[in-house]
Amino acid sequence: MSTIGVNHYLFVGAVLLVLGIFGIFLNRKNVIVIFMSIELMLLAVNLNLVAFSSALGDLAGQVFALFVLTVAAAEAAIGLAIVVVYFRNRGSIEVEDVTLMRG
Amino acid sequence: MLFAVAVFAPLLGALVAGMLGRQMGDKASQAVTILCMCVAAVCGSASFVPFLTGDGLPGVVSLGTWINVGDFHVEWALHYDTLSAMMVAMVTGIATLIHIYSVGYMSHDATIPRFFSYLSLFTFAMLMLVTADNLVQIFFGWEGVGLASYLLIGYWYDRPSANKAAMKAFVVNRVGDLFFAVGIALIFLQFGSVEFPDVFAHVHDHVGDTYHVLGSDWRSYEVIGVLLFLGACGKSAQLGLHTWLPDAMEGPTPVSALIHAATMVTAGVFLMARMSPILEYAPGALSFVAFLGATTALVAATIGCVQNDIKRIIAYSTMSQLGYMFLAAGVGAYQVSIFHLFTHAFFKALLFLGAGSVIHAMSDEQDIRRMGGIWRKIPVTYGVMWVGSLALAGIPIFAGYYSKDAILEAAWAKGSLVGSYGFLCGIVAAFLTAFYSWRLLILTFHGAPRADRHTMEHVHESPAAMLGPLLVLTAGAVVTGFVFRDWFIGEGWHDFWRGSIVNAGTNTVMHDMEHVPLLAGLLPTVVGVLGVALAYVMYVLRPELPARVAAAVPRLYDLALNKWYFDELYDRIFVRPAGRLARLLWQVGDSTLIDGVPNGIASLTADGSAQVVRIQTGSIAVYAFTMLIGLVVLVSIFLVFR
Amino acid sequence: MLVNAAFYVFSAILIGSAVMVITSRNPVHSVLFLILAFFNAAALFLIAGAEFLAMILVIVYVGAVAVLFLFVVMMLDVNFGQLREGYQRYLPVGAAVGTILLMELVFVLGGWEFAPQAMSLRLSSTPGAVSNTQALGRLIYTDYIFLFQAAGLILMVAMIGAIVLTHRERTTSKKQSIARQNARTVADTLELMQVKLGAGTNVTGILRPKPEPALALTHDEPHEHGVGKPGPGEHG
Repeated sequence: MSTIGVNHYLFVGAVLLVLGIFGIFLNRKNVIVIFMSIELMLLAVNLNLVAFSSALGDLAGQVFALFVLTVAAAEAAIGLAIVVVYFRNRGSIEVEDVTLMRG
Repeated sequence: MLFAVAVFAPLLGALVAGMLGRQMGDKASQAVTILCMCVAAVCGSASFVPFLTGDGLPGVVSLGTWINVGDFHVEWALHYDTLSAMMVAMVTGIATLIHIYSVGYMSHDATIPRFFSYLSLFTFAMLMLVTADNLVQIFFGWEGVGLASYLLIGYWYDRPSANKAAMKAFVVNRVGDLFFAVGIALIFLQFGSVEFPDVFAHVHDHVGDTYHVLGSDWRSYEVIGVLLFLGACGKSAQLGLHTWLPDAMEGPTPVSALIHAATMVTAGVFLMARMSPILEYAPGALSFVAFLGATTALVAATIGCVQNDIKRIIAYSTMSQLGYMFLAAGVGAYQVSIFHLFTHAFFKALLFLGAGSVIHAMSDEQDIRRMGGIWRKIPVTYGVMWVGSLALAGIPIFAGYYSKDAILEAAWAKGSLVGSYGFLCGIVAAFLTAFYSWRLLILTFHGAPRADRHTMEHVHESPAAMLGPLLVLTAGAVVTGFVFRDWFIGEGWHDFWRGSIVNAGTNTVMHDMEHVPLLAGLLPTVVGVLGVALAYVMYVLRPELPARVAAAVPRLYDLALNKWYFDELYDRIFVRPAGRLARLLWQVGDSTLIDGVPNGIASLTADGSAQVVRIQTGSIAVYAFTMLIGLVVLVSIFLVFR
Repeated sequence: MLVNAAFYVFSAILIGSAVMVITSRNPVHSVLFLILAFFNAAALFLIAGAEFLAMILVIVYVGAVAVLFLFVVMMLDVNFGQLREGYQRYLPVGAAVGTILLMELVFVLGGWEFAPQAMSLRLSSTPGAVSNTQALGRLIYTDYIFLFQAAGLILMVAMIGAIVLTHRERTTSKKQSIARQNARTVADTLELMQVKLGAGTNVTGILRPKPEPALALTHDEPHEHGVGKPGPGEHG
């Protein structure tokens, strides 16, 4: 086999991304799994950034990945807080019921 | 100067009564309008007198510029000559009498200032018409009297029949006005101006011009003449455009007297006389005028014989007499037609006001089948109606004798086919005129009373305000004939008219008519007396005869009773298709197509947005899926166009 | 050689656990598989040479975020069986779309080649002698200090937001409102009245306790007056 190049990492990242999207699409009722799929997608993005960073020897990619991590954590916290409040009010976490903002 | 005062005083009265009538109150409005009318009458007569004495100087009183567009100039100006002065004097005089009469007749009305304002407005418009110095000003007056007629016919606007009659009058007049307007346009095209001085000065220049119309060449003067005559037909209710006149009787009786007897309907005759310089060079048009006039006289007389509404009988009599006037104009004797216009104004207004007096006495009953036996109770009215009928029938001494005989003599003197036809129709119509006039008198005043007791008890003579004008008009109906004959149609007519009426060199009717055979001169009087005798026989001696005659010729009787089915014919040909077209345009054209555009766009927008809004499901999964699809599409585009 | 094998092993487990995350029936299993995925991703980062990021991934993601997920999953009493409805329905379409996307991404990224001048366009090139952590530290605290502070602000906002969202007022605990206590005036508590000799308080219209003054400091506290309120049969 050839040496592990950036293409390999990109491939893995692409698969992770598609899996995350697929997960959202599949578990449209379960908001927890939707969140986890989002985390998967963010992980794929981070993987991409780090791969390019190491391939080019450019640390900016890793700094970027660090900030993505930060924001992902913040978003997960708030998202889960929303889920908790939602559950308190509704008694379930079926996000398909959340259609009050419909046209 | 006096002339201008005579013309504008009624306008002042109309404006004051119209604008301030409600504040001023009834009495004040009546006072103002009658005062202004009296002033106008005095000034009008004073302006006419110089022409009688021979000192009159024709001229033009200029009031200012109206239209000044390119080559088209129109001024406000009053044309002062014999014809205008005579018309002004006659119109103001009779209008003043009718104003005074209305004080009594309309005393129970709720909106008196409005009535008097409208009457004065009408008078002003008529005066503008007869004093116009150019065709556009005549048209202004023409339309003004049409407007006043509409307002006054529909005066009692809470009656649907009155409203319909007013609209009918206006619409039928409009048809005539269309022809008139085209005629004015053709005159402008021909002469480059519409002012009378300019036009009449250049009449000789365009005698031979032709128009190419409908595939063939016509002499332009003939075309103009026919168009002007058709306009006059509308206003003067000649056959074809006459259907509005009987229905116009829906208006109050003073209105009928003023507008539909003495003044407005004579505007058409006036137009013919005024345009005599041009018409003299349009013999074809003149023949047509005479033919239609004579036919109208005959047809109207036949219809008048079988009508049962007192005002309608007199209305058809008016139509018939107007036919006489057009006959006279058509054979070239405009002076005679104007003379008949003059005398007719007096005795026809007298007849109408007398009828109004009868109606007033009979508590608003108008059907002569429900009258009778009242001559002792209202002797003054009876007397004036006799005088009016004598004048109408053309019995010697009375006014109508001189003018009507003159018309028939002129028709005979003309000698042509049209003249002979006119004479024949005129004789028959004279016979019928006398017949139906005495039919009216006998059925209204004589015989056993056919009204109920309550009405009969109420029969009373009219108040002084109504009787006064009646008596004045009676005097007019008696004397105007022999007094004014020499001026109007006598040997010195040329000096009297002084160019306001023109006879071409080939037109010797005025001279020839002095020399007709004695038979032709006496025949009208003879048939008039015969008509009176027949009426006496049929309604006094043998009262069962009328019903038997009607039963013997039912088709003819129905024809006459239904006004020769003109209304039904027009309804079929014009009114119903117009209604259908209007309904089509309304429902399809307007509601569906034109309204459909904005409504359709609005509903399209609403529907479209309702469809589009379904994208916003509120469901996160759907949004996520949409984003996913979007991502796929973007990446695909990137791939394809790389 | 070893590196290749390690890479393939770790990426295989990563992808496998990702698949398990989205297809697990039990959400606790999903979270645990997510944790496994994160670990393997950290390993991949290590292979790539970003050791600081790898450790941060483990500490922050696994230690905080995934644990948070676990907390919430276990706290909420949800009928997860009902949530799986529709799973089968969306499977084919989702799989199709996902496959298309994957193929496109692979098509794009599979043949990735760097431009010749890529090396000269680097934003912050890796310094040679220092460790990854030290190098990152040099960058973050100098060139990207503003972004760093902003990230901190984001975290603080997230914290405040989470607290505010889930905060519930406790209606059953008694607490003092110092502001209200300090704002009380003499007029609110003391009132001098002239009472007729021998008259009772309910005749003279003296009601105790007095109704609360309209203070807007606490907006939704139900005001209970357990002690001192005259009952229906008592006289004040």
